[in-house]
Amino acid sequence: MTAINPHGSSLNHGILSVLVQNRPGVLARVASLFARRGYNIFSLAVAPAEDDAQSRITIVVDLESAPLEQMVKQLFKLVDVVKISELDPRRSIERELLLATVRADPGQRSEIVELVKIFEAKILAVGADALTVSLEGHPDKLDDFEELLGSYAIVELQRTGRVALPKLDRASRLRAANPNQKGKVG
Amino acid sequence: MSTNQPDRITGAQALIRALEMEDVDTIFGLPGGCILPAYDPLLESSIRHVLVRHEQGAGHMAEGYAHVTGRPGVAMVTSGPAATNLVTPLMDAFMDSIPMIGITGQVGTGAIGSDAFQECDTVGITRSCTKHNELVMSADDIPLAVRQAFHIATTGRPGPVLLDVPKDVLQNEMTWYWPTDEEVRASLPGYRPNTKGHPRMIKEAAQMILAAERPVLYVGGGMLKARAAEALRELAELTGINVVTTLMARGVFPDDHPLNLGMPGMHGTIAATTAMQRSDLLITLGARFDDRITGKVDGFAPDAKVIHVDIDPAEQGKVRRPDVPIVGDCRLVTVELIEAIRELLASGVAQADISEWKSRVSGWQEIFPLTYDAAEPGAALKPQFCLERLRDSSPEDTIVVSGVGQHQMWASLHWRFNHPYTWVNSGGLGTMGFSIPAAIGAKMGRPDATVWAVDGDGCFQMTAQELVTATVERIPIKVALLNNSYLGMVRQWQEMFYDERYSEVYLSTETPDYVKWAESMGCVAIRVESPEEVQPAIDMANSINDRTVVIEFRTDSDEKVFPMIPAGCTNDQVLVHPSQEEHRSQL
Repeated sequence: MTAINPHGSSLNHGILSVLVQNRPGVLARVASLFARRGYNIFSLAVAPAEDDAQSRITIVVDLESAPLEQMVKQLFKLVDVVKISELDPRRSIERELLLATVRADPGQRSEIVELVKIFEAKILAVGADALTVSLEGHPDKLDDFEELLGSYAIVELQRTGRVALPKLDRASRLRAANPNQKGKVG
Repeated sequence: MSTNQPDRITGAQALIRALEMEDVDTIFGLPGGCILPAYDPLLESSIRHVLVRHEQGAGHMAEGYAHVTGRPGVAMVTSGPAATNLVTPLMDAFMDSIPMIGITGQVGTGAIGSDAFQECDTVGITRSCTKHNELVMSADDIPLAVRQAFHIATTGRPGPVLLDVPKDVLQNEMTWYWPTDEEVRASLPGYRPNTKGHPRMIKEAAQMILAAERPVLYVGGGMLKARAAEALRELAELTGINVVTTLMARGVFPDDHPLNLGMPGMHGTIAATTAMQRSDLLITLGARFDDRITGKVDGFAPDAKVIHVDIDPAEQGKVRRPDVPIVGDCRLVTVELIEAIRELLASGVAQADISEWKSRVSGWQEIFPLTYDAAEPGAALKPQFCLERLRDSSPEDTIVVSGVGQHQMWASLHWRFNHPYTWVNSGGLGTMGFSIPAAIGAKMGRPDATVWAVDGDGCFQMTAQELVTATVERIPIKVALLNNSYLGMVRQWQEMFYDERYSEVYLSTETPDYVKWAESMGCVAIRVESPEEVQPAIDMANSINDRTVVIEFRTDSDEKVFPMIPAGCTNDQVLVHPSQEEHRSQL
């Protein structure tokens, strides 16, 4: 698992939403499969899913390292993998959270506050010479925010990696969809 | 097992009982600290335990057993170094899709992670060399874990499954139960192998098969796993299409059958390799376009369309993009292909004329037969000669188990395999030392059959200690040791591609004394140095059935395996035997 680009540009990345049995070692299985087959991961987020017995892993993968189809097929061979959804970035909702502590002398503070306002970010803590801010949103928006923050002195910055769900299509927005529908998508 | 068992038993008793419930008749293993509790109930069990001399031997024996029976082989060893010694057989079984169950002891649950004595992260280490593995954390989980392990190892694409069982889990009590098939399925929601091929794809494949002018049935080990030999024969005879059998598929189609072209690939027959290369349709059944088959992938079978039947969806398009991918059990799909072809023929669709193609193919067979130069009088034996004499003196369904290297290629090429499950070798991983323990496992699985281990001297020295196991456990095998005093295949590469600069490939001519060594392990041992001694030695070996016999053939270290496709070359660049070089233009 070698991250080439820390976040993945929208052109060369694919998003896999992988539903797994919530069992010890399951993340290690997924991670070592990617390492073993030479697939690169841009980001990875994991947390329990709607059913406590399962977790959802959102993996942003580098499509230049291998075809998405092979990644999906190899992943699906893991016994603990229950379902894999390939999320087309154009047809999914992607979100990510960014936390950053930025050095801010009194002269710069208002500029940073202005930036926070423009991005609808939040100020979480204010210190004598630093601010901690947060921004939740589409990863592209976070990229822009991070870049602009970069003109100030960033002390620490942490992003969560993206999570994603498929966009509701028109039909499913209209009809009462069965939320428990199972099976492999894509 | 008494008929009136109390419900409360230990995890160790549950483990052994679960193995009995899975119809295990043999365990290959070696006890040690953490697995000790499981060895106690073995004393009362119907299961035969074969005590090995090295845990790697246990793993390869389990593989040999599985190869010839189709039933999962079981290897049970302790934690730490025993578990790491099992890694090579697990990977070997994973590469060759062999159903195998590994059971390892582990330190007590409270000590896991503390660097305890003989602790290692077995599930971590074996994660990428098993189809699945589990650390069993409670005695209550044992029956389900065992059932899951056998289910996973034997269904879909078969493979090794490892259960790592901490000592206290074996010691703790549990209430016995035996999960139903339904419960096992429900416990594995992410495991649903697809066995039935897509009907539309099968129909499309049938049409392509009938339309092809230069078709080849490219048959791999998956056809043996699927027990599809009969269906294959029917398909081949119905269509008259030539068959190539990969190293892992030898025996699935009779070598004596006129449609069989033998083994393709790096050391394959010219007819098999060239037929694939010139083909317009590769009907790929349970094969995976291994690099030893394709040569340089970009130049492989450039005009061929590909039908790819495989139970593992991930094999579709991994190396070569198929025109018609069919995910399913090879036997079921082959049977359905036959039906679809029959229907098309009945509806008036005619098969393309392939007679011209077949005469080209048989031309290659005639011009480029397997060949070698006979030994000069007084010179060292030719290994091919020894193998041919052995072949001609052996019962029809003899099981041949090879190690890895030149002797493996000669055995695969020069033997005539006419029955499935009579050829056992390490194909994917290429594990030197596989032969002796795998032959012992094969003999345990098929005690009625004659089992010949064909080994090289390099391989023999890696696992020969298991001949002690063979003697003590009374599992008589026969060993043909082709001793050329070299790591022969490496030497061949150094001769051909490194300007005869021989680096670290010479073993020794004098040491060890294989006859004394084999005798010290309880075997009958014969050294053969001249052609006249070959037949009497083989006859003697064949007459001894209550002890293991080792024949050491002193063979010519200059002998090379031909044909050969150098690494990185396309299959058009095959090196034929020097005596056939003048016919190259007819390829």
